Amino acid sequence: MPSTIDIDSKLAEEYRYGFVSDIESETIPRGLNEDIVRMISAKKDEPEWMLEYRLKAFRFWKEQPEPTWANVSYPPIDYENLYYYSAPKKNTDGPKSLNDVDAELLATFDRLGVPLGERERLAGVAVDAVFDSVSVATTHQEELEKCGVIFCSFSEAVKNHPELVKKYFGSVVPYTDNFYTALNSAVFSDGSFCFIPKGVHCPLELSTYFRINAAETGQFERTLIVAEDSSYVSYLEGCTAPMRDENQLHAAVVELVAFDDAEIKYSTVQNWYAGDANGKGGIYNFVTKRGKCQGRNSKISWTQVEAGAAITWKYPSVLLLGDNSVGEFYSVALTNNMMQADTGTKMIHVGKNTSSTIISKGISCDQSHNSYRGLVRVLPGASGARNRSECDSMLVGNQCSANTFPYLEVENNTAVIEHEATTSRISAEQMFYLESRGLDKEGAVSLLVNGFCKEVFKKLPLEFSVEAVKLLEMKLEGSVG
Amino acid sequence: MLEIKDLCARVVDGDAILEGLTMTVKAGEVHAIMGPNGSGKSTLAKVIAGHPDYEVTSGSIGYEINRRTRDLLELEPHERAREGVFLAFQYPVEVPGVSNSVFLRAAFNEICRHHGIEELDPIDFAVLLKDKMAMLEMDESFVNRAVNVDFSGGEKKRNEILQMAVMSPRVAFLDETDSGLDVDSMKIVASGVNKLRSENNAIVLITHYQRLLNYIKPDFVHIIAGGKIVRSGGPELAHEVEERGYDWLVK
Repeated sequence: MPSTIDIDSKLAEEYRYGFVSDIESETIPRGLNEDIVRMISAKKDEPEWMLEYRLKAFRFWKEQPEPTWANVSYPPIDYENLYYYSAPKKNTDGPKSLNDVDAELLATFDRLGVPLGERERLAGVAVDAVFDSVSVATTHQEELEKCGVIFCSFSEAVKNHPELVKKYFGSVVPYTDNFYTALNSAVFSDGSFCFIPKGVHCPLELSTYFRINAAETGQFERTLIVAEDSSYVSYLEGCTAPMRDENQLHAAVVELVAFDDAEIKYSTVQNWYAGDANGKGGIYNFVTKRGKCQGRNSKISWTQVEAGAAITWKYPSVLLLGDNSVGEFYSVALTNNMMQADTGTKMIHVGKNTSSTIISKGISCDQSHNSYRGLVRVLPGASGARNRSECDSMLVGNQCSANTFPYLEVENNTAVIEHEATTSRISAEQMFYLESRGLDKEGAVSLLVNGFCKEVFKKLPLEFSVEAVKLLEMKLEGSVG
Repeated sequence: MLEIKDLCARVVDGDAILEGLTMTVKAGEVHAIMGPNGSGKSTLAKVIAGHPDYEVTSGSIGYEINRRTRDLLELEPHERAREGVFLAFQYPVEVPGVSNSVFLRAAFNEICRHHGIEELDPIDFAVLLKDKMAMLEMDESFVNRAVNVDFSGGEKKRNEILQMAVMSPRVAFLDETDSGLDVDSMKIVASGVNKLRSENNAIVLITHYQRLLNYIKPDFVHIIAGGKIVRSGGPELAHEVEERGYDWLVK
């Protein structure tokens, strides 16, 4: 019989975002110390209080050991050898409109399929594009302003809405939270800020697109979303990086705050470069994401499709403070080649009658490691709390591994907690059955994997759901044989 | 249409099961293969479909594609399926998470693509599927259920024939499709298979019992024993086996 798949040609097309853009950039010296922190703050022309915050975070970070409890392994990171700031060179005033943005930069985002041009207005998605350390463009701002929604880069927010930033920044994820949040708080460079005022249903999907371009540069962004009473916003996040032999560090912090009857839906399709088949290169994705359901009946939903990065360390969480508040976590994590993922969620029930749902689908291929780690904690006052967790793992091939680490801490005996976990392997019988119906190996696996992830995909906004399916299919090519 | 010559096959790195099986199937014909347990009936069906657990050690399976004879053994399982070779499984496999309609449309469209015919969108396909399901008296709720998951034995077998109806194969092997069916279900399945019979396709029934052959009349009956065909005849051979068993043929 002929061999099944032409692996070489598949590998070549495996990561189509792997190009490097030739853009002149401005960086600061390597390494990390107080001077560097001051330099970043000065570059951003920040107020004193922000610099103070950064310095406190930096001093705290220096005292912190790097966490080692995750089920991943990698050589020690030399934090002194990284660049902490890189920005495309531009006029000192910054771009006033898209016409002022470097053409090569626009072309880069065009290649990535991110619509920055105003002609894309009909697409119904407002985009903030973050390139290395800075936000380069935010679309649809005027339209959003009309209904009172603020959507801008984090740097602009610090300048134009300091009172809001001061009030909420660090209120969900303090810099003392962990090693990476301290690092991020010291050197973060940009990100997105969204504020949805009382009673406003945000008319557009808001979206931030993150791109790491420069070599040996870390990306440390902040996202802060505040939804006032009875407001609603759906936010999308996408990420890519060039193929480079060295590992690159991405340590982001995302904070969400939802007040009474507000809802925030946060969706991520993460496709950082994951390294080659031998595990060389790729992004270290050490991210802290947390939402606070501050108000009664508030709701925060995390939906993520994690398909890239050499190492993922990420636990989008919800703090359920308001009575009757709802937290959701829907996740698909796919690992192939030598990728390692340790991801999951934390649902902390504080208010009465709070409820949370966790649906996690892990797919491991090749020699990758995929772990689900999740905590459900019910505090003594959280009477009537409910949680349903479903953690399913699928193994493709026999060299990969999947683990589930569920933690339950229940301190209120009226709580109802359900946990289910399954592990399945794509069986040879299933493959033969589908092949005998005319599907080739890849088609068969893609049908099986899509079926496995269906529950999560249907939670994604439509255009993201299509992208997620394509992304998984692309990643699975070459992993099946 | 199908010419099996001196086919020898074994379980990969295991015992030989088929030992020189020869058989010819022409378009428009219905063949029945009977034989004692372990004689190689199911193995033959799996080898035809290209099951990876078996390896062919010698012989050939000539199959006519566009008036030229190709050896099926040179084709991957999915290529055989696209060229019109179908196997109704004795034990249909569960496919969790994938609905029948998605699965059937995927299979249907693979065949369309292969033959350069326009694919069907979900709406047009739903119409086609409804017709085929009516033929097999299947409930409409079927389309949204995951393939074979929590299906009764009878439902699984009916689902195999539904797949056959959707894929319109040129040569179909039905591996013990009658086993596990009650009389009513068997009549429905048999009437479905009869409707799918045409001048242009061929059907090979693998069965233990003569019972099925009351409903689907074969043109030829073959008795397999020890991995080869030991006797071929008309429908009367099946009746004879029903009365006398296999012993007189095996000796």
